[in-house]
Amino acid sequence: MSYEGLRSLLPKSDLLGFAVLALLLVVVLPLSLDIFRLNLIGKYLTYAFVALGLVLCWGYGGILSLGQGVFFGLGGYAMAMFLKLEASSPENTAIQSTPGIPDFMDWNQLTELPWFWEPFHSLGFTILAIVLVPSIFAYIIGVAMFKRRVGGVYFAIITQAVAAILTILIIGQQGYTGGVNGITDLRTLKGWDIRTDEAKYVFYFLCVFMLFVCLLIAQFVRKSKLGRLLVAMREMEDRVRFSGYDVSNFKIFVFCLGSAFAAIGGAMFTLQVGFMSPTFVGIVPSIEMVIFCAVGGRLSILGAVYGTLVVNWAKTTFSESFPELWLFAMGALFIAVVMAFPNGLAGLYNKYAAPHIEKLLGKVTGKSNNAKATVGTQGVAHERQ
Amino acid sequence: MATMKHASQSGLGGKLPGLMKTLAGAVAGATMALSAVVSAAPATSEVNTTGLAVTDDTVTVGILHSVTGTMAISETGSVQAEKLAIEQINAMGGVLGRKIEYIQEDGASDWPTFAEKSRKLLVNDKVASVFGCWTSASRKAVLPVFEQYNGMLYYPTFYEGLEQSPNVIYTGQEATQQILAGIDWVVKEKGAKTFYLLGSDYIWPRTSNKIARKHIDKLGLKVVGEEYYPLGHTQFNSVINKIKLKKPDVIFASVVGGSNVAFYKQLKAAGIDMTDEKPLVLTISVTEDEILGIGGENIEGAYASMKYFQSLPNDNNAAFVKAFKERWGDDIVIGDVTQAAYLGPWLWKAAVEKAGSFDVDKVRAASPGIELTTAPEGYVKIHPNHHLWSKTRIGNAKTDGQYEIVYETDELIEPDPFPEGYQ
Amino acid sequence: MFADYSTSELMSIFAMQGFAGLILFSVFVLMALGLAIIFGQMGVINMAHGEFMILGAYITYLTSNVFADYMPALFGSYFFVAMILAFIAAGALGMLVEWAMIRHLYHRPLDTLLATWGLSLILQQLYRTIFGAREVGVSLPDWLMGSIQLTDIVEVPINGIFVMTLAIGISVGIAALMYKSRWGIQVRSVVQNRPMAGAVGINTAKVDRLTFGLGCGIAGVAGSAFTMIGSTGPTSGQLYIVDTFLVVVFGGATSLLGTIASAFTISQAQSTMEFFLSGSMAKVLTLLFVVFILMLRPQGLFSLKMRK
Repeated sequence: MSYEGLRSLLPKSDLLGFAVLALLLVVVLPLSLDIFRLNLIGKYLTYAFVALGLVLCWGYGGILSLGQGVFFGLGGYAMAMFLKLEASSPENTAIQSTPGIPDFMDWNQLTELPWFWEPFHSLGFTILAIVLVPSIFAYIIGVAMFKRRVGGVYFAIITQAVAAILTILIIGQQGYTGGVNGITDLRTLKGWDIRTDEAKYVFYFLCVFMLFVCLLIAQFVRKSKLGRLLVAMREMEDRVRFSGYDVSNFKIFVFCLGSAFAAIGGAMFTLQVGFMSPTFVGIVPSIEMVIFCAVGGRLSILGAVYGTLVVNWAKTTFSESFPELWLFAMGALFIAVVMAFPNGLAGLYNKYAAPHIEKLLGKVTGKSNNAKATVGTQGVAHERQ
Repeated sequence: MATMKHASQSGLGGKLPGLMKTLAGAVAGATMALSAVVSAAPATSEVNTTGLAVTDDTVTVGILHSVTGTMAISETGSVQAEKLAIEQINAMGGVLGRKIEYIQEDGASDWPTFAEKSRKLLVNDKVASVFGCWTSASRKAVLPVFEQYNGMLYYPTFYEGLEQSPNVIYTGQEATQQILAGIDWVVKEKGAKTFYLLGSDYIWPRTSNKIARKHIDKLGLKVVGEEYYPLGHTQFNSVINKIKLKKPDVIFASVVGGSNVAFYKQLKAAGIDMTDEKPLVLTISVTEDEILGIGGENIEGAYASMKYFQSLPNDNNAAFVKAFKERWGDDIVIGDVTQAAYLGPWLWKAAVEKAGSFDVDKVRAASPGIELTTAPEGYVKIHPNHHLWSKTRIGNAKTDGQYEIVYETDELIEPDPFPEGYQ
Repeated sequence: MFADYSTSELMSIFAMQGFAGLILFSVFVLMALGLAIIFGQMGVINMAHGEFMILGAYITYLTSNVFADYMPALFGSYFFVAMILAFIAAGALGMLVEWAMIRHLYHRPLDTLLATWGLSLILQQLYRTIFGAREVGVSLPDWLMGSIQLTDIVEVPINGIFVMTLAIGISVGIAALMYKSRWGIQVRSVVQNRPMAGAVGINTAKVDRLTFGLGCGIAGVAGSAFTMIGSTGPTSGQLYIVDTFLVVVFGGATSLLGTIASAFTISQAQSTMEFFLSGSMAKVLTLLFVVFILMLRPQGLFSLKMRK
């Protein structure tokens, strides 16, 4: 990409935001936290992938999915299947009646590996599957819904039902999926122990790297014509349609992209936490992920990261000291973010902090910067059904 | 020094009222006997060579259960039992002369949170042992953490077996202990020939029913239906109709949680009076805790097969029930898992004292063969496979929400987490 | 599967299974009616619907305790008092919530979803703090327990009949209220054209508040009735939320008749499949069936004009 291209992708105000976030995640946190806390941050960051996808789908496209856990789960399960196969080598599972298959299959009287598990012996296939399977699934849902102009609330509720269906299926088909316990006891990746502190550092930085890749893709979408069209569609879908655009294709694309982000997050989750279970597929985690996005500011891709970090950090600290109060705080947060500051942290930042910082920057560089982000400051335009 | 301490313990035991005294006396006696072996007051550097949170006066342990979320309903009793046991142990002078302090963490009914908190307890807090977890999923989530950081978990719930970790002591029954005796009893005493297996859809009911089915096949009897409903399902009229159609002698039920309430209420409403025992209901999932939600009148006549009931008539249990009520309120009930959770701290204390050390490796080595004569359920003993030898009892549910014990196995049943021929 | 049974046995079983389907239908209607009013008429997505139901259930629990302690002689009739109290309590809370929260969000339907989800968390924790984490057992008067024996095999649960009667009664009541009363005309006119309704002198704010309160009140009554067949605990409300929304959306949201038709279709599909398949698969297939139909016919079974 040329320098000019980079400049237009990351104008100065955005560049500063990216740099600050990078500094925080790559330098400040790893230096100031022990590996236990850093691993926690890494886990939170995996949710930020989902929140980032939601910024694009919901904030820009106006499509609220309450089933992002489905894609997070699909990505996580793909990764877990690979790791589980590696952990279930015939030597490790010699005590089973059928050595060489995952332990939960053995308990369920399966005597050979199901066909859809076979390709997950290959890391290359697994990495492809992590991105492609959820994207294709999202594509199918997207085509079925958006081509028929289902949107808004209906879409939200149908995605919720999809999450419910998948949860019941995973739990019910425990011989193939590990059931309610999920896929646990993952040990190595290509012979390398993933449970050591060293591995946790590596995965943390891998997670941060992938997050920045996704952030840049999101930034690209935001700055491109597609981003402007998405906003236009959200504001007045019919006019975009009358201007000759096929609205549904853009929606399908952004939904697939958001799902792929979520799936990458899921895979990173499996690597860092060491297991995957159906609890991440369900409705409750899916809605919680929406709140991460809302707290950060539904129009701000960096806000999604900060929102996720802040809410999860609060959740951990709060539930350590006042477990009983946690739900009150969480509930109040939901209500407050909707009623009092609908643009979330990003909105607060733009309103109070940004002017000062820009003044400061202006002093340093000697010129004023008028090109403020346009979308981020205009407030949540009301959604249309 | 040690003797003086123990003398004052006995004094303290003397102040405790009534039956509590029996329990306190017995344990204090055991401690005294052990202290003779340990001889001098153990210095911290001796009893803790692995950097656990042990000082000259205290030892820190962890309690890890869900206080919030859907599982809080079930786990509350376990937390109460573990706290009670710790308080009682402290009232007797603690473990190796050290008071037990606990750090309680909330698993929030969320499995990664369990893993996260267990890591915190082991890595940051350096606890000497952890009492906690309830569902199998939460145990599976924390297991790699305990194995990696070499912690010790005392797990209270009856569960499906198929696991034997050096880092876990399973104080509840594994599936064969609970199920085989129950089925043998209905076959022998009630002449049952046909069975309908019904459960919530997850690993414990499925494994339990698998074991039950194999056992029923072995006895030459018949399973006429097997069915699973999603967790949280609330409509059971269809399956009740199927049961009426198949007319089994026994409904073998492992429905859990809120579904339980719906199932028994609807069973009763559908005109199946469980006191007629046509069909007879045999459950492995309804403890006194669950009856609180179901309502005694809705489950009257059902039989439960487990190792402990609150109504168990022995002195240990009478003291336990009394102490529990004094601590947590009169209207509280105690179920199987609550009692198993109560065993955790006592078993740990006994193992630590036998090992003369808090080090996890030494405690593990000392654990097999540890006996507890003061257990509310009677006598228990740790098997080398880290499960407990225990008796299985059959209780008949009464309207007041208690079980009347109608049968008890003569011998302790050997735990067998990987049963041959049942997989 | 049926080879071993005589024709009369089979007939009885099918009769009973049909009845089981009808009970499920009534349960769905009761769950969904309140939501249909709130969602269909006002466009508000009330994720705390289940918690309003559980409020009704807890009120029933409290009432039963009061009757048992102070008026044991009248215990047989406490359930009616409990239902009225449940309606009042849930309705009042609903109006309070509308005043404090919902009325600021009418232009942002997706935001009502988030805010009411937050509300549901708060209510759950509130129940847990007040009533404890454990489920409470609601004791029922004797006449509601047991069943009526029609033939040797066919038995009809009394509480099933009660739920059915209640569902029909409330449906008829709502229909009368919506389509015959002056207030119903106001509600419908506000739904169709808010500025115009305001212009002809309808107090739209008041209509909104009462509509929301009515929806929540019906949820409370439903919760009260469900103490007969389900569990009452802090998180029990969550069990109903997906089913409820699907029923309403499947029926076409804006139409009360649609909600009833949809409850009928889904309940019959589910109870038939439950009879032939295992419970979990039946549930999955029912949900898939609903999602599939919604993809073919996104506006639901019955609908007013979809395009706006």
